[in-house]
Amino acid sequence: MAFKSKEDATAYWAANIKLMMWLLVVWFVVSFGCGVILVDVLNQIQIGGYKLGFWFAQQGSIYTFVVLIFIYAKKMGDLDRKFGVEEK
Amino acid sequence: MDLQTLTYIVVGITFALYIGIAIWARAGSTKEFYVAGGGVNPVANGMATAADWMSAASFISMAGMIAFLGYGGSVFLMGWTGGFVLLAMLLAPYLRKFGKFTVPEFIGDRYYSKAARIVAVICLIIASVTYVIGQMKGIGVAFSRFLEVDYGTGLLVGMGIVFVYAVMGGMKGITYTQIAQYCVLIFAYTIPAIFISLNLTGNPIPQLGLGSTLSGTDTFLLDRLDQVVTELGFHEYTTQARLSQLNMFVYTMSLMIGTAGLPHVIIRFFTVPKVADARTSAGWALVFIAILYTTAPAVAAMARLNFMNTIEPAPGQYLSYDERPQWFKNWETTGLLEFQDKNADGRIQYSADKAVNEMVTVDRDIMVLANPEIARLPNWVIALVAAGGLAAALSTAAGLLLAIASAISHDLCKGVFMPDISEKSELMASRIAMAGAIAVAGYLGFNPPDFAAGTVALAFGLAASSIFPVLMMGIFNKRINKEGAIAGMIAGITVTLLYVFQHKGIMFVESTAFLGDLSPHWFLGIEPNAFGAVGAVVNFVVAFAVSRVTQAPPQDVQDMVESIRMPAGAGEAQAH
Repeated sequence: MAFKSKEDATAYWAANIKLMMWLLVVWFVVSFGCGVILVDVLNQIQIGGYKLGFWFAQQGSIYTFVVLIFIYAKKMGDLDRKFGVEEK
Repeated sequence: MDLQTLTYIVVGITFALYIGIAIWARAGSTKEFYVAGGGVNPVANGMATAADWMSAASFISMAGMIAFLGYGGSVFLMGWTGGFVLLAMLLAPYLRKFGKFTVPEFIGDRYYSKAARIVAVICLIIASVTYVIGQMKGIGVAFSRFLEVDYGTGLLVGMGIVFVYAVMGGMKGITYTQIAQYCVLIFAYTIPAIFISLNLTGNPIPQLGLGSTLSGTDTFLLDRLDQVVTELGFHEYTTQARLSQLNMFVYTMSLMIGTAGLPHVIIRFFTVPKVADARTSAGWALVFIAILYTTAPAVAAMARLNFMNTIEPAPGQYLSYDERPQWFKNWETTGLLEFQDKNADGRIQYSADKAVNEMVTVDRDIMVLANPEIARLPNWVIALVAAGGLAAALSTAAGLLLAIASAISHDLCKGVFMPDISEKSELMASRIAMAGAIAVAGYLGFNPPDFAAGTVALAFGLAASSIFPVLMMGIFNKRINKEGAIAGMIAGITVTLLYVFQHKGIMFVESTAFLGDLSPHWFLGIEPNAFGAVGAVVNFVVAFAVSRVTQAPPQDVQDMVESIRMPAGAGEAQAH
């Protein structure tokens, strides 16, 4: 099985790259953004016993990573079916 | 029952289980040996990947490092988990679609060059061997501490056990044993954490306990910890950065890219049935890893607080040395904890000021192992922690040895030197290669060239600077050719190795460190362990530049890249 047309192949790959880019932006923001670059600013905010920047660095970024991978897997599965390139 | 007997029983039961599984799941073919027949369920594969991934460094050392580095320890937490996002989106599904056995095989085919494949094998072996030495050291320490034998004997016992199940079972045996090992290690890690969190905060979930108030007070645990450490002159726990913001950034990046580039993790994704499974399997792996990684910061902070409270029960009231608890005495005999009564008052003054500090040695690596004892948990919990530490070290060692063996037997013997070797001889060659790798790693673990601590982080730097960039470019850019890839790999790994060697010594012999391990000599203040990300950038830049001025890859290679970008048609991992 393959793509129905060359356009389909290009469109599939473009959609994949776009999805990936968005998810990688989130990946970068929660870890390098909130956990490293903006940590001092976010530490001004306190939630329970956690300073927010510290929480992102030691807890929040990890939870987000897990969610990101499952969103990616789900959306890519949908994309595969839309273009008819999923595995049976 | 005393601790010693209990430890023998718990460790004995878990090992009988691992060996039983290894024998039950013996590999019959090369495909079963390398990729477990390509038929492992994604959740099971995720669990095995998690055990493969979490080494003695994660289990024993990480929480201890965080306990003393505070916020700065976050680089390990983010770095060693964030890499799975890169792996899931940039590599795993495509390499699964490619459907061969090893990482160098992909590089050799994609860059249509045996030379590229050989360079990849060399990079892989350098990174994996550096990493496996650290594991062998961990196995030796853990066995000798808990079986109360000397270090050499402990190491030999460990080598024997790795040999039995890795060599006999191959990937099939390893996958199922690792599932058992994951269960043992996660149980061993979380049970003491739950007890300690409950003791301190009344909240049984460590992740929430860390953000809660201390039992019977209105003070938050982290605020209390900040206060206790700053009173003794240490930096505030929750804001103590690692050197500089730039260094933290680069360090985290190195560990992330290294995670995605370490071959023993990548080959795990060759074992699932479909491309879609490779994506979800990475997610499941991270779920199982995250359970430990989100518990670790709680273990770290609570261990530090308990430790401080033991030594200084009330402000200014230092513990009398004669009244020190049993765990203190036990660790003193190992030399990893040391007290020196500088002002001869018989009490233990602990301070950041070196002149008055009387706790002259507090080895970070003892924190996780000593934690249950510090918190006065029952003996069976302590025995369980011993079994967990061993499970972590053994599972990672086995995975790495398999990656090394397959690189030698499959990529070098079959791929380059003896293309018409039979399947049976190839299987034999990989078993011999694995036995050889165990012997070398054991020898180096017995005579470590004084670098056990630095090796793990370095292995990540090496994988980050050599393997990850060429894999990623191979999938996402059709224009990168063999000249670019080879030049990129060599440039990346060389820059990283040189930077490490000039600060840490050639092969870590300190006297040859011609620039000295001093921060003023560091490039932009980046510590050597964090340099892999810079090496990776060099790799990317060199590969692009060289590819631009040389010929484009042939059409059939460009077609191959097209085909791995599409999930359909992967089927089973192809035999050949």
